[in-house]
Order: sequence, then structure tokens, then C-alpha cells
Amino acid sequence: MIKSDIIIIGAGPAGLFAVFEAGLLKLKCHIIDSLPMPGGQCAEIYPKKPIYDIPSQPEILAGDLVSKLMEQIKPFSPGFTLGEMAQSIDKNSNGEFIITTDKGTQHQAPIVAIAGGLGTFTPRKPQLDRLKEYEDNGVDYIIRDPEKYRDKKVLIAGGGDSALDWTIFLSNIAAEITLIHRRSEFRGAIDSVEKIQFLKNNNKIKLFTPAEVFKLEGKNSLEIIYIKHREQEKKIEIDYFIPLFGLTPKLGPIADWGLEIEKNAIKVNNSIDYQTNIPGIYAIGDVNTYPGKLKLILCGFHEATLMCQSAYSRIHPKKKNILKYTTVSGITGFDGTRKEAQKSTIRAIE
Amino acid sequence: MEKDVNIIITDRQGKDHEISAPTDMSMNIMEVCKVYDLAVEGICGGMAMCASCQCYILSNHELPNKTPDEEAMLSEALYVKSNSRLSCQIKIEKKLEGLRIELAPD
Repeated sequence: MIKSDIIIIGAGPAGLFAVFEAGLLKLKCHIIDSLPMPGGQCAEIYPKKPIYDIPSQPEILAGDLVSKLMEQIKPFSPGFTLGEMAQSIDKNSNGEFIITTDKGTQHQAPIVAIAGGLGTFTPRKPQLDRLKEYEDNGVDYIIRDPEKYRDKKVLIAGGGDSALDWTIFLSNIAAEITLIHRRSEFRGAIDSVEKIQFLKNNNKIKLFTPAEVFKLEGKNSLEIIYIKHREQEKKIEIDYFIPLFGLTPKLGPIADWGLEIEKNAIKVNNSIDYQTNIPGIYAIGDVNTYPGKLKLILCGFHEATLMCQSAYSRIHPKKKNILKYTTVSGITGFDGTRKEAQKSTIRAIE
Repeated sequence: MEKDVNIIITDRQGKDHEISAPTDMSMNIMEVCKVYDLAVEGICGGMAMCASCQCYILSNHELPNKTPDEEAMLSEALYVKSNSRLSCQIKIEKKLEGLRIELAPD
């Protein structure tokens, strides 16, 4: 059981910044995210795109914003459960929340802050008969352990960065690797595209474009895949088929937690603290809705700040709290680090 | 309004919505759908990076050519047909008067 003061669901900008604001109040956070890395949409969809409306940052790449936030929250040593989806919520006899992920990891805290953006990123699946039958039985949508593919025959489908990167990576591991894409153009980083070309020219990989998978076959697990390549049908013996068509967010299990939902977002009390209809559960950032809601990162930061103040009052109902300015008080990390403004020197001039 | 154009959008339940879209607000079709509360996510905000605003063009209007980004996204998206477009890549302008589109499955 992983214990903290606040369980944050979602490692996007709002969730990450909440760690900082909570840390100033000496509250310890643990973040759960279904993606294998922090950053949410900024990391998964547009890490290389610039953002222009972060206060004081005339221009910052989404990926760099995530790195800066990770640096900013480092002193407050947040815990992370990455690559797992928050599945269910319960309350224990002390009134604390228990959140269990799809992999069974349990987390306990008196406060839950949902910062889930547009939801859990789930893989886009190709439309193929019997696909479900082979899921985790020859068909994988996310590569968790590349060693699984050692000396196996693997076929990757897709035209983006992840399809290219994994093809390159697995070309040294798999017995045979085939990359197919619906068209001949790829939209990955230039050096990845060039590397693929090199691997193809040296017969290290097989590349079929434009090509599409149209049939899967196999008795107990996937054995044969049929592709259509330039109007010709091809039969390929295979151990693994990895379709990498990107991830799309879905609200997922949170929708069944008894929270008031409106237009796929969680209703919160925006005039006070962004708390949901369940006391102790807050929703911040793109995942919430209230009159006048704007889905902006900068609004998520504000919401995270107010949420933490309210969370503090719930955890310490009898303690008086006053807003402290970091310029005055500095930052004392849970990791023993301390940052503070330089003391002014007073000296007489004679 | 003189600056508005009328567009007919068929939602995922097959219901038609005749909506009026402003030509002077730098809006695209995805944004207009959101303004009218039609179920279009527009997850990436209009960067042609998610295909959640995919639609099928039903009328014969002349539309701007697809950018390489839009072409690439449509090559990865599901339910793509020959008349598929990402609605975030189509700006509202006068010549779209009477345009008919259908939202692609999500």
C-alpha cells in the first residue's frame, strides 16, 4: 500500500504543479498515470510543439514545460505509479481513499485530486476480425518489455514516431521485423526515417508500403498475418503484431466513481476549491467543468493551487494556515534541500 | 448575419444540425462544432495530431488542400474514407455556404 497525503491522478501540467503547491504546505503527493512517462498530453501528443500562453514563458515547447515542472517539483519527492490506470476507488474505516490500479497497485490518502485531462490514453485499435481474441496473445498495443520480442518474428504497423522508433529498436532484438504503413510517407523525426531507410537497404528489416493488415489467423495464439501490399495479398508468419496507431484519451473507469459528470468532464465547485460532489475528491485541469471553464494549462495551475489549500484544511481542520510567499519563506524540500532568497547585506558607506 | 455561413452537420446519431458559422472569427469547423456542443473532442486543439475531429465531406465544395500533417494523420486514423477530412484544418469562409459534412465515428 502506497501512502501519501494526496493521490493525484494524472501526470500532466496541472497534476505536476499540484505537487509543488502541496509541497509548500508540507503535503506529500503520489501521482498515478496510465502513460509510462509524466507529461500527459504535452508528452504524448505534442512534445515538440510550442506553447505561447504560459505566464513568463514567451515560448516553450510542451516537452520542455514538462521537464521544467519535473525540476520544480523534485524537492517535494513525489511518488509515481506510471503505466498503470486508476481503476477503482474505495474508502477504508478511517475515511481515507484507497485507489487500486488495473495492475493491482494500491494507494491510500485522505485526499484525491483528479487531474486526468481528457482521460486515460488508450490505444487506437485497427478494425480487424478476431483482433480481441489475440490481444495479449500475439497482439500488443504498447511495448512494455522489449525483451519479450527477442528472437521472435514481429510486425509493426504505423507511420509515426513510435512505429519508427520501435522498429529501429527491435531490429537488434527480434529475429525478424517487418514494418508496414498505409502510405509510403512517414511523419517521424528525419533521423528516424533515415535510419529506417538504412535498415531496409541493408536487409535488416522488411518494409511494406503502402500496405495494410486485413486478416489475422492462428489456433491458440497469433500465427499468421495477411497484408495487402500494392493490391497484392501476402501471408506472413508472425509471433507478434504491434499496431501503433497512436493513443486517444477516454475518461475510463473514473466515469463510474459516482462523480457528477457533465459533457465528459467532472463537475466541480469553482467558487471555492474545485471539489467534486464527493468530499475529499477534487478535479483540476482539463478534466473538470464549471461555468466559464477554460481548458488552459495556466488555469490548471490556478486550480491546483486552490485545491491544495482546501486539501490542507481538510487534512488539518484545526490548524491555522496562512499563505506564505516563496520569496519570503523559501522552499524546504522533503529531500533535505533548501532554497531561499539571498540575505541582504547591510554595510555602512563611509 | 451577413458574415455567417450555413453548414449542415450530421452527428454520429445521424441527426442533421443546420448551424450558422461566423467567417470573421478565424474559426475552423472543429471549433464551430464545439461551440454548438456537437460531440467533437478536438483533443489536440487543432494541430492535425489526433483525428478526433475527422469528418466526411458530403457536398461538392472546393476545400483547401490537405497539408502534409493532415495527410499523415488521416493515414493513421480509423474509419477513413476517400472524403475524410480533419475538420480542424478547414477554416470557415464564405465559399463554404451550404457545406454538408458528417462526423466520423470516434
